Amino acid sequence: MAPRVVVVGASLGGLRAAEALTSLGLAPGQVTIVGAERHPPYNRPPLSKELLEDLGDIPDAFAKTAFRLKPEVAAAHWRLGTPAVAADLGTRLVHLSDGSTLPYDALMVATGLTPRRLPFPGGDRQRFVLRTLEDAAALRQALRPEHAVVVVGAGFIGCEAAATAAKLGCSVTVVEPQGAPMARAIGAEVGAALQRLHTARGVRFRTKVGVLELICDRSGTLKGVRLSDGTELEADVLVEAIGSSANVDWLRGQGLDLSNGLLCDNHMRVEGRGDLYGIGDVARFPNPLYDAEPRRVEHWCVPGQTARRAAETVVATLNGAPPPEAEFRPLPSFWSDQHGLRIQSFGLPAIADGIEVLEGALDTPQTIERGVAIGYRRAGRPVAVLAIALPPGRALRHRAFLDA
Amino acid sequence: MRMCVDMKKCQYHGQCVIAAPDLFSFAEDGSLKWVETIDDSLRQQAEDAADVCPEQAITLEG
Repeated sequence: MAPRVVVVGASLGGLRAAEALTSLGLAPGQVTIVGAERHPPYNRPPLSKELLEDLGDIPDAFAKTAFRLKPEVAAAHWRLGTPAVAADLGTRLVHLSDGSTLPYDALMVATGLTPRRLPFPGGDRQRFVLRTLEDAAALRQALRPEHAVVVVGAGFIGCEAAATAAKLGCSVTVVEPQGAPMARAIGAEVGAALQRLHTARGVRFRTKVGVLELICDRSGTLKGVRLSDGTELEADVLVEAIGSSANVDWLRGQGLDLSNGLLCDNHMRVEGRGDLYGIGDVARFPNPLYDAEPRRVEHWCVPGQTARRAAETVVATLNGAPPPEAEFRPLPSFWSDQHGLRIQSFGLPAIADGIEVLEGALDTPQTIERGVAIGYRRAGRPVAVLAIALPPGRALRHRAFLDA
Repeated sequence: MRMCVDMKKCQYHGQCVIAAPDLFSFAEDGSLKWVETIDDSLRQQAEDAADVCPEQAITLEG
């Protein structure tokens, strides 16, 4: 019988895995894609950006974000709306939520992330996260002009949601227990500069304070939040953008390293196994472009890059051939749109220990709007370049900094 | 093979220029330039560019 590959996760990573497997010679019938959501794969970044602003109903939002399915991928087995609930790695079986089981020769894990929630009760109908189409459609309904919106967490999703809410006429405050927004990803100095830009566009910030409790009336309606410094903020809408955790619970109890996602080697295999692979946001893998430390990288490009690498290894292994010899050294990149300005990153600014301004100036919102490029170094070596509000050609030319 | 880029969808991420430098470039004025008729030897580059486009603006025919 022809070997079977089960891909668990039907978002970008699962889609790219199915595409790569079939383009590398597997028949569509050998590939099964399992998804927790009922939708075929769709693109998530617009949900916190431009699309959030003019989001219609869910079918409309899906139509605007759906990925194209190549015929050989459409012809694979799709099991949507039935999340995997367990896997038996010994007998090579995946158990789905409807009680069915899928045998496999190779299992590819592309289950993505679940947003973390604040650990407080109450106000359920006014509390939102951003991950799925349903999440975005529900939040869009709640973002009415004049509403008081509190965004907890000043990462990229929180900042994008805050910018969109401000544009829609909401009164927006971002609460961030750490310092400057996006500091973990792009450093405190650039984060502080972008905070000034947000402030100039009407978004307020409360940094170095956390949420202590939610203030609800007797009917359970959310009225505000109490912060760790004792102050209160009015809130009609609460956006929880405090990060995500990897969806690996269904793999627990079988001796895997699941301490932060699924630990994989440079071939995207779980170390020592030829039948288990990680893809995208859940996969913690080493990138020798930087060092030997395995990292999870939650950028849009990673599912595509890791899916291709994993699929090449899967197909080689199923054919009894050695995996690709060349090291896997993908260049991570991400982008963000806030207040109409594009932020574009190449490399891993998060690991840098110093920055230099390559073009423009971070000083004021006005200088940022004219375009800035920042180079990031670690121990003197270039590791990333970030462009803000630069025309596309000029942003790309700064990638040469990475070759220095 | 023919390659089309839907400029109504393109948001100038530039991922295609990175993935397929032989097929895409930015002109001095910032506009996107691309090769419309793709040689078989550059087919993989074209497919890579279509895959990495965050807006799915690139389509391949034939």
